[in-house]
Parts: sequence; structure tokens; C-alpha cells
Amino acid sequence: MLEFTAPLFLALQQTTGLNFSPFFDEYDLGRLMTGVQTSLLLILCVLAVSLVVGLLGAAAQRSRFWVLRFLVATYIAVFRNTPPVVQLLFFYFGLGAFTPQVDMGGWYEPMISSFGWAVIALGIFGGSYNVEIFRAGIEAVPKATSEATEALAFSPMQTFVHVTMPLALRFSLPALASNLISLAKTTSIAYVIAVPEMTYALSGVWNDRLNVGEMMTLLFVYYIAVVAIISVIMGQLEKRLSVPGLGK
Amino acid sequence: MTNAVSTTRTRSTVPILLGAALLLASLAIAYLATSHIAKGPDDSPLKVLGRWIPFILEGFTLNILMSVLAMILATVSGIGLGFLQISNAVIIRQPARFVTRVFRNSPWLVILFAIMLMVPFEITLPHFGTVMIPGWVKATIGFTLPVMANIAELLRGAVASIPTGQWESAESLAFSRMQTMRHVILPQCIRRMLPGWMNWFALLTLMTPIAAILGVNEALGNTQAAMESAGSSPDLLIPFYLFLMSIFFIFIYPVSVWTKRLERRFAAT
Amino acid sequence: MTTEYTEAWAPDQPIIDIRGLHKSFGTFEVLKGIDLSVHQGEVICIIGPSGSGKSTLIRTINGLTPINKGQIFIEGQLITGPKFDRLALRRRVGMVFQQYNLFPHRTVLDNVMMAPRLVLKEPKAEVRDRARALLAKVRLADKENHYPGELSGGQQQRVAIARSLCMRPDMMLFDEVTAALDPETVKEVLTTIKDLASEGMTCVLVTHEMGFAREIADRVVFTDGGRIVESGPPAQIFGDPQDARTKQFLSQVL
Repeated sequence: MLEFTAPLFLALQQTTGLNFSPFFDEYDLGRLMTGVQTSLLLILCVLAVSLVVGLLGAAAQRSRFWVLRFLVATYIAVFRNTPPVVQLLFFYFGLGAFTPQVDMGGWYEPMISSFGWAVIALGIFGGSYNVEIFRAGIEAVPKATSEATEALAFSPMQTFVHVTMPLALRFSLPALASNLISLAKTTSIAYVIAVPEMTYALSGVWNDRLNVGEMMTLLFVYYIAVVAIISVIMGQLEKRLSVPGLGK
Repeated sequence: MTNAVSTTRTRSTVPILLGAALLLASLAIAYLATSHIAKGPDDSPLKVLGRWIPFILEGFTLNILMSVLAMILATVSGIGLGFLQISNAVIIRQPARFVTRVFRNSPWLVILFAIMLMVPFEITLPHFGTVMIPGWVKATIGFTLPVMANIAELLRGAVASIPTGQWESAESLAFSRMQTMRHVILPQCIRRMLPGWMNWFALLTLMTPIAAILGVNEALGNTQAAMESAGSSPDLLIPFYLFLMSIFFIFIYPVSVWTKRLERRFAAT
Repeated sequence: MTTEYTEAWAPDQPIIDIRGLHKSFGTFEVLKGIDLSVHQGEVICIIGPSGSGKSTLIRTINGLTPINKGQIFIEGQLITGPKFDRLALRRRVGMVFQQYNLFPHRTVLDNVMMAPRLVLKEPKAEVRDRARALLAKVRLADKENHYPGELSGGQQQRVAIARSLCMRPDMMLFDEVTAALDPETVKEVLTTIKDLASEGMTCVLVTHEMGFAREIADRVVFTDGGRIVESGPPAQIFGDPQDARTKQFLSQVL
């Protein structure tokens, strides 16, 4: 790739002074690629964890046991009302200090890497929003619909799987899309625990090359692209699941 | 009537009780986490924390200052940007939408980096000579931009949600576009925007600790500095971070509860 | 144990037998002692002012609304005892609601097929044939791949009837099924119910359509204030009401 871009971007630097080093310097390109890969993987994992946590939380909120409901309410209150960056530090430093080390044959590494902690902390953080979103979706399903399933002798489980869930998912999608987008952007704070994602990787480049403006532009373009990709995927999903005459 | 009042009252006490319970729980956890590893009365982590609390709270006032200032700036500029977005002229509307889009789609940290690193740390003014711009002021600007874009979007959404009948009836009464906006549309928008606006204030406040990454001495920065001065013992991590989370919680939780109540009330009417 | 809850039942005995039924919501007593029995093949129309408890009454018959006091027997089985299998009851008693309550994310055919497939675990091909036959019967064969949101209220209500019938119930309950419909679609739903009644299906209807009640009912039951005030053949109730409240109600609605 470099042989195509290098002449172009070197020329750009000579004529305008704009220094897009990752497009002509192999080392910086490596950092950029690591950044993109790590960031995309981080986003993927965080979104997945947040969805699982959200679904579990929403299910627990419907539980008959008030202790469980109280725990979910507490979880939501704590994670939605404290700074995500402090949550991340708390997980990584606070809890990380007490997780066992693994013998890697000569040297020791923590059992959970900084990447792992970022996935856990941000996934749980984002999940606290998803719980509420799924709950609102479930509440939007008309009560009368479950009355009909009752009259047709559906079991509560059958009602949930075949009627409530499919409808709730459709009602949740718009809010879910915007939360997933905002969560994807929030992954950039994994910078504080040195996860080599995009922001961290490019800050390494600009510290060495002093090309802050250029790298900043790359960052903006990258995140706008990520947001666009998630919106397109969610839009497709919404279209796929759309049913004539439902909603709007 | 009395029935309705009593239900809202019970509903409002639940979150408050919950808040109190959470606070107690976090203090209890902090105590339990620290008591069994306490070495002596003077350097137990809770004692150390006690000594540093004033320093951390001092940092926290900066978080509040930044969030309040940024909110004021963001509200004013966001409403302006929102109006530009619904302008009839494409030449105004398109750039406004572009700006909104850039700041809405970029992470807070990236915008903060951009402002902190690209705005010079001193500027020369005609009458005052060279003036230093403190880091927290730049950070405040960095926090303003994403909130501004989101408030602009909030305004656009609120205006769009006003039924067209309102525009039509105002037009039939010979109101100008500006008059319709000012006397008919905006008053109805404020109500609709309020919960969202408060939500953004809470989000903003919860994001201010990222300024510590760029060396602003707010609550998180001070917490980390305090732990370092106290010898960087791992025993300190949990109580210090829990304390930091608690002060944000105490400040923000009432805002969230109030926001929720407003949302519910507006949804009901 | 079951014998305790079961009375010997033969088709000539009441298929629905309600005895001394009481129901309260909080401190408000909606039903204050209802006795009603329905025989197989009978068509019963329950009429009365709104708030008289008629919807609550019909909903107790398939256990949607739990009761406080009294007994309900369906085909000789006590359904208000603690040990009764609600699901078994609902397979035998079909119900259609005012708001149709179709599943908006499933096609018309799926709506009709879902319960027999999921609840009765019947083979797909068999259920599909039956569902198609029922859709043809309610004159909606051409709509099987449409979604409920694409149909008119009357069409949706007919799908709801087909959906209930696909469970092959022994009796049908209709809770103000035309109250939410446009006047022009009321008739098509009433025709469907009339066809059903003429085939010998036991039907209990709560309705505001007095003309229809008069035409279709074997017996009309007038309720007011949580009690059955008067009941009898339509000619008697509409032509020669005995109770002052019945007279007053009919003079208002007719």
C-alpha cells in the first residue's frame, strides 16, 4: 500500500507542509493499522457485552424477586450517574490490582489485560443504558397483546419469545442505535489505561512527529466513518425487521 | 386527585431512598475493602483518604465550574446553531448541519485533544498584551462543542415535532416566520427540550474528568495526585476511586431523577 | 382429586354454568352475584349500560379475570378452583376482543397458525390447511400474506375470529367486538359471527348492537349494577321488558 500512497503524501508534505506520516512511513503506518484493528475489535466487543448485559438486566427487571430488581436498579443508578472514565480506572486499577497474575513462562502478566478491562468496564457502562432501552421497548408492547396470547393458551415463555420480544426489539431499535453509536465513541476513553486503540495510537504518532492537526483530522474522519457504519448496519436491521403497518 | 398526588409522592421517594442506600453501600464497601488491610490507625487507607478529601473536593469544584460554564456556552451556541440548521437558505443550513454532524459524531476525548493541542496556550490581545489561557478554560471549550451540537439537534428535533397546524394557523394570522418562531414555536419547544437538555448537563459533568488526561487539576487529576503523594499504595485505589465516584453520584443522581420525572410528566400530557 | 372439581357432564347439561359469582376491583364490587347457565349451541347476548360489569363477566369465563367468590363450571369442570389447568380451559374457550389484538409482526396466516403450532404442537401442514380454510370462511383468503397493519379494522377482527377458531374451541366469547370498528365494517364482522352461530357454535357476546342481538340471540341477558336484572328470549326482552331499568335502558339505546 505504501508504494502507492507514499509519493503522493510526500509530495503533499513538500508542497503544503501537511504531514500525514502514516501514509509514507512504515512504522507510523503500523501504528495506525494496530490502532484501527484494536479500536474496531474493542468497539465490537464492548457493543456485544453491552447488549448481553442489557438483555440480562431487562430480563432481571421483570423478575418476581425484588432483590434482583433492586440490584438491577442499583446497577443502573451507579453506572449511569458516575463518570465512565473513573469507572474504567476503578476496574483497571482498583479491581485489576487484585486479580491474579498468570505465569507466561518466565514473566508474569495480569490475567485480564487492559483491553480486557476496557471491554468489561465499557460493556457494563453501556449495558446500563441498554437495560432501560430494552425495558422501554417491552413496556411499549400493548398489554392487550399479551391478553390475546393468554386467551390463546400461550405459556408466559411462549408469549415472551414469540410476541413480546420480537415487538420490543423493533420498538427499541432507534434508541438502541443511538446508544450503540455513543458507546462506540466512548471507547476512545480506553486511552487512559493505554489500550492501543485509534486515539492512543495516533497520539503516539503526533507526539513523535508533532503533526497534531493532521492526525486529529484522521481521528475525526475515522470516528465519523465508524458512526456511519453503525448507523447503516442499524438502519439495515430496522429495514429488515420493519413490518407494514407497524410503528410510525 | 388526592390519589394522583400520593402516587407521585411515593414514586419520588423511591429514588431518594435508593440514592441513600447506594451511598451507604459504597461507604460500607470502602470501609470493608480497607479495614482488613489497615496497617495502623494513622495510615489506614480511610485515614489517608480523609486527609486528602479537601484536595479532591477542591478539584471537584473545577468539574462543576467547567460543566456549568460549558453548559451555558453550549446552550447559547447550540440554539444559534439549531436555528441555522433550520434556516430556509441552503447556504446557511448545509454548513450548520455539517458542523453539527462533526461534533456529534466525534468522541469527547478527541474533541478535547483537538482543542487542548491546537489552541495556543497564550494569545496576544491588543490591549492586554499576551494572555495565558489556562488548561481548564480550553477544556471548557472542548466540552462545549459536543454539547452545542447536541443541543442544536435537540432544538431541530423539537421544532420538527411541533405540528404543522401551529405554523399554518400562525401564518393565517399573518405572523412573520420570525414572529411565529418566537411567539408560537419556541415556547412549545422549551418544554420538549428540557429533559434532553438536563440529560446533556449530566452527561457533560460525567465527562469532565477526562480533562485530567490533559493535565487539568480537577477531581480525577487531584485524586491521582493524592494517591501518588500518599505513596501509591494499591490499598488506596479502591477507596479513593469509590469516593470520587460517590461525589459525582451525589451531584448527578438528583439531576437524573428530576430529569426522569420531567420526562414522565411530559410524556403523560 | 379431580373428581372433587368435576361434575358428571353430558351435552344436555349447561356447557357454561356460573353460580353466585362475585368480583371486586379493590373496594369496588363489579359483579354482585351472577348466576348464568348456557347450553351447548346457545347464543347468548349480554347487554347493559357501560360499567355494568358485562365485560368483566365474559372475561371470567376463560379465566382472564380471576374471581373473588362463586363457581364457574365449563363442561362440568370447575375452573375457578386452585388446581385447574388454565391452558386446558383456554383451548376449549375461544375469545375475541374489542381491539382485535392481532400480532402486528406476523402475517395474517401466521397469526392464525401460531397458537395451534405452539400450544397444541400440531403438524404444520395440517394447521396450515385448517388456517387457510378458516380464512376462506371469514372471506379473507386473499389476505393471508398481509400484515395486520395493512388491513381494515373489520378485516383484522375477522382474522382474530379465525385465529380463535383455529384452536377448535367448543365455545366462543365475543367482547364488544364491533365497538372499535367503522360503521361500514361492522356488518362484515356480524355476518361472520352469524354464520358461526348458525353452525351451532356456542357463543356468548357482549354487544351494543341491539338489532344484531335481537336477530341472533337465543337468549338476551340484561345486566346493570353488577347483577343480572332480566333475561329471556329477545322477543320478550325487547318487546316486553319487565324491569323498569331494562325499559329505561332500551328506551335510550333503541
